[in-house]
Amino acid sequence: MTPVVEVHNLRKVYNIEGGEDVVALRGVDLTIDPGEFVAVMGPSGSGKSTFMHIVGLLDRPTAGTYHFAGHEVSALDADALADLRSRALGFVFQSYNLLPRTTALENVELPMIYAGVRAKERHSAAMEALDAVGLARYAQHQPNQLSGGQQQRVAIARSIVNRPQLVLADEPTGALDTASSEDVMALFQRLNIERGMTVMLVTHEADVAAHARRMVMFRDGNIVSDEPVREKALV
Amino acid sequence: MISLTQTLRLALQALVRNRSRSLLTMLGVVIGVAAVIVTVAIGTGAKTSVANQINGLGSNLVIVIPGSVQTSGARTGLGGASTLTVQDGLAIAKLPGVSAVSPSVTVRAQLVTGGQNWQTTVTGVAPTYTAVRSWDVSSGRFFSQTETDEAAKVVVLGQTVVRQLFPDGSDPVGQTVLVRGVPFTVIGLLSAKGQSGAGQDQDDTAQIPYTSALERLTGGTTISTLMVSAVDGDHIESVQSQITGLLEQRHGIVSGKADDFQVRNLQDIAQAASATASILGLLLAAVAAVSLLVGGIGIMNIMLVSVTERTREIGLRVALGARSAAILRQFLIEAVVLSTGGGALGVVFGIAGAASIAVFAHWPSSVSVSAVLLALAFSAAVGVFFGYWPARKAAMLDPISALRFE
Repeated sequence: MTPVVEVHNLRKVYNIEGGEDVVALRGVDLTIDPGEFVAVMGPSGSGKSTFMHIVGLLDRPTAGTYHFAGHEVSALDADALADLRSRALGFVFQSYNLLPRTTALENVELPMIYAGVRAKERHSAAMEALDAVGLARYAQHQPNQLSGGQQQRVAIARSIVNRPQLVLADEPTGALDTASSEDVMALFQRLNIERGMTVMLVTHEADVAAHARRMVMFRDGNIVSDEPVREKALV
Repeated sequence: MISLTQTLRLALQALVRNRSRSLLTMLGVVIGVAAVIVTVAIGTGAKTSVANQINGLGSNLVIVIPGSVQTSGARTGLGGASTLTVQDGLAIAKLPGVSAVSPSVTVRAQLVTGGQNWQTTVTGVAPTYTAVRSWDVSSGRFFSQTETDEAAKVVVLGQTVVRQLFPDGSDPVGQTVLVRGVPFTVIGLLSAKGQSGAGQDQDDTAQIPYTSALERLTGGTTISTLMVSAVDGDHIESVQSQITGLLEQRHGIVSGKADDFQVRNLQDIAQAASATASILGLLLAAVAAVSLLVGGIGIMNIMLVSVTERTREIGLRVALGARSAAILRQFLIEAVVLSTGGGALGVVFGIAGAASIAVFAHWPSSVSVSAVLLALAFSAAVGVFFGYWPARKAAMLDPISALRFE
């Protein structure tokens, strides 16, 4: 089985003009297999966000290798990376990033537009994704008519609509209250278990990370621990 | 890959999301294009109006006047020779390319009615005069060929003469006027023609058959001028040279000797006047083009603001798999839609504006299809030109910092 993410000795150095270079990743090795639910934790400045951006094909490593679903990423040009993002990756952000004054349905359809999916298929796939997050009857609502938790669920529907090989969630509960956070994390768990969706979640909250099945801890650009989450946390 | 129609839809959705701003952005181009169309229409109208005034002097008029003669060393001015005759006119009328000829015999004479008198220029002409000078009667009628043949004592009065001789407003038609003591019956009134290009009051005139003028007023046989109307503007030059040849032959002028007549046309005046109108039109169009340019800069301005304001949206689109070319295209299309939409609205307002100027200011204005197409094409070009930089800026955004942008 080809791993979804396979990084080896991954390094990222930011050159800051007129200052010292900042080393964000100091040789990271990590493999994520299909069906995993990984929580990436660490204090700010630990390199976890940089790692997520590289895994999400939004940034390139300074050194080391990264295979995404078997593709050697450094061999791909910007357009190929964009196409890979549209087909094989889903993103969930802390601040939802839904288009304002646009219906939930149209927001969910957006990644498929960039993937070149026909209107009819887009529509049914988007409805199916909204149904999967329990918001089918809010399809025609605009973001400002939805609660924070509902907006994040629309964003999750958007991230899974192309049936990606990996969903990346960057602090998805950061802007939510406890109850909505629970809902959102339960949704991720359900999608992981029922659909075998591979999820990589970046968070700094331990109780959010506890919903995952594997926890990776970053500190100072290195992975300091990588272990399964204790069974009792699973709902 | 995303198709062009999908990109167009995304661009339209983005514009509709910001309805009022989109409309305000268009406003600059709307005004610019409307200004172009109205000014070009006014310019064209000015040209038409000048051309009409020139035509008002007479349609395709060629004027034959007697030349200078030399009597024992002293030369008279032009018109001094008394060599043009009615027969010359009749011969000219048979030339190809000539549509009408009218002789003209001019006499200064005192006109007297019951209580008023007025000195004016009495002109003896043929019935063809109305056609040659494009000058119709406003009431009554012009004299006929029969009245001309009979040297009838009938007169057609210009409006100024009417005001001087009939200040009480009574209808002059049917009344009798003494011309140098000879009683003439007023049969018609000429329509008002206003001032000539030289500032002369063209309505200060009275017209009688040229036969009557020769027999009853001058007692001679020579005429002051022959007015010839060519069938159209293209025939003016050939008519001129034929007249010259014909009259040289009739007057027995051998080559090498000076002609005793001159043949002139009004083309030079017409050309100078239309050149002036063209410069006016160009000037107006230049002002309008500047306003269109300002409209374009307005679009660039708003698009730049829009790119900054939508930084997160752009980052999101990139994360969702938009290629940078797709981002560039979307923003470029937004700019072009704004500018051509503004252009189309501007065309509507421009046509309405030109029409209302025509109605309220009595200024002839005609909207030309080419001006409309040019304005539309130019506004689309404005969109591409001024939209490219903001669109490029959007496409070059770093998605990571774009997504973090507050």
